[in-house]
Amino acid sequence: MPTSIPKQELMAPGHTACHGCGATLAMRYVLKALGEKTVVSVPASCWAVIPGAMPFRTLDVPMVYTPFAATGASISGLREGLDIQGKTDYNVVGFAGDGGTADIGLQGLSGAMERGHNVFYIMYDNEGYMNTGVQRSGSTPYGARTTTTPVGKERDFKKENKKIVADMMIAQNVPYVATATVAYPEDLIKKIEHAKAVNGPKFIQILAPCPTGWYYPPEKTIEISRLAVQSRMFPLYEFVEGRFYLNKSFKPVDVSEYVKAQDRFKHLNEDEIENLRRYVEERWNQLLEWEKLYSSPIKA
Amino acid sequence: MVLVPVSTVSTRNHPTDSWRIQRPTIQYDKCIRCMICWKYCPDNAINIENGDERAPNDRVAKMEYPVIDYNFCKGCGICANECPEKCIDMEFEVIE
Repeated sequence: MPTSIPKQELMAPGHTACHGCGATLAMRYVLKALGEKTVVSVPASCWAVIPGAMPFRTLDVPMVYTPFAATGASISGLREGLDIQGKTDYNVVGFAGDGGTADIGLQGLSGAMERGHNVFYIMYDNEGYMNTGVQRSGSTPYGARTTTTPVGKERDFKKENKKIVADMMIAQNVPYVATATVAYPEDLIKKIEHAKAVNGPKFIQILAPCPTGWYYPPEKTIEISRLAVQSRMFPLYEFVEGRFYLNKSFKPVDVSEYVKAQDRFKHLNEDEIENLRRYVEERWNQLLEWEKLYSSPIKA
Repeated sequence: MVLVPVSTVSTRNHPTDSWRIQRPTIQYDKCIRCMICWKYCPDNAINIENGDERAPNDRVAKMEYPVIDYNFCKGCGICANECPEKCIDMEFEVIE
């Protein structure tokens, strides 16, 4: 019987990710879409510990560990090296977390995208430094409680809005930019198939919910990932060859449903949820404007 | 020539069953073989195997069916939560 996503598994079971990890699902779907001829480069992140301790590996494709800030540089080098050997059919993938993309690896990413290597950069966005014990990152949304923005007697939750790297990549004119999430694997795999057809740098941001850092029961990973899209906290879009497509085919729900499903937002009162709601509305309107702005037909 | 340390042992030799506190069980007589549990398993612990007779009807009995690999299942419960037929039960492990 045909399945909705490819059957081939390039991520072995037995890895050491937490129960209900969204990041492992992201890697599983990405490798299903890319196939065997893939080289993965991983900086310090959750994915640096998921394969387990020394003799173990969990991917059936080559995986290179790089320093935190060097994902962009390492994929550039891998690509050029493979090209010189004539292995142009291999996909080179940088698979970094949001800390390694939005904060520490931003210059490496921007440089690699600007030089125009034919590489994939996948950012799995779990909205914090989850591997080292849930610290705040640039990609953490407004209102979230982390161990560096704690909430006790003093309500010191994150007051700044999320830094969205995919939007920055559109501003930089990267040929292919998309956002995806683990609740919609068919959509994620379709986007990677589209990206494969583009010769140049590709950037995909995947929302990967984290039960440990977002403080929710592990069985809710897919549910929360779906709510993030439906509440428009994480809009799905695709920017390809100067055209912008916004995914509007979902049943909208209120932001409070997404917020109340996670304990990292438990302390928020109505006014603060209203702030979040206003931000979501503004961003959605901005994306609708982009859709009009980037709607010129593709030149023949 | 090896210039850096290389890990070569697959984690297929590294069972994670001791992590589990809840055990999922599929009721095959209700399962419609939609494979949603397989699709969303983060531990890759659900395999697809050939037809099983314990099925709601003859047509479904010929289809491939999901089998949980209890060597690797960590018991997160995503499969039970996402199952559209609600035919996966989660029960606490009993260690004797």
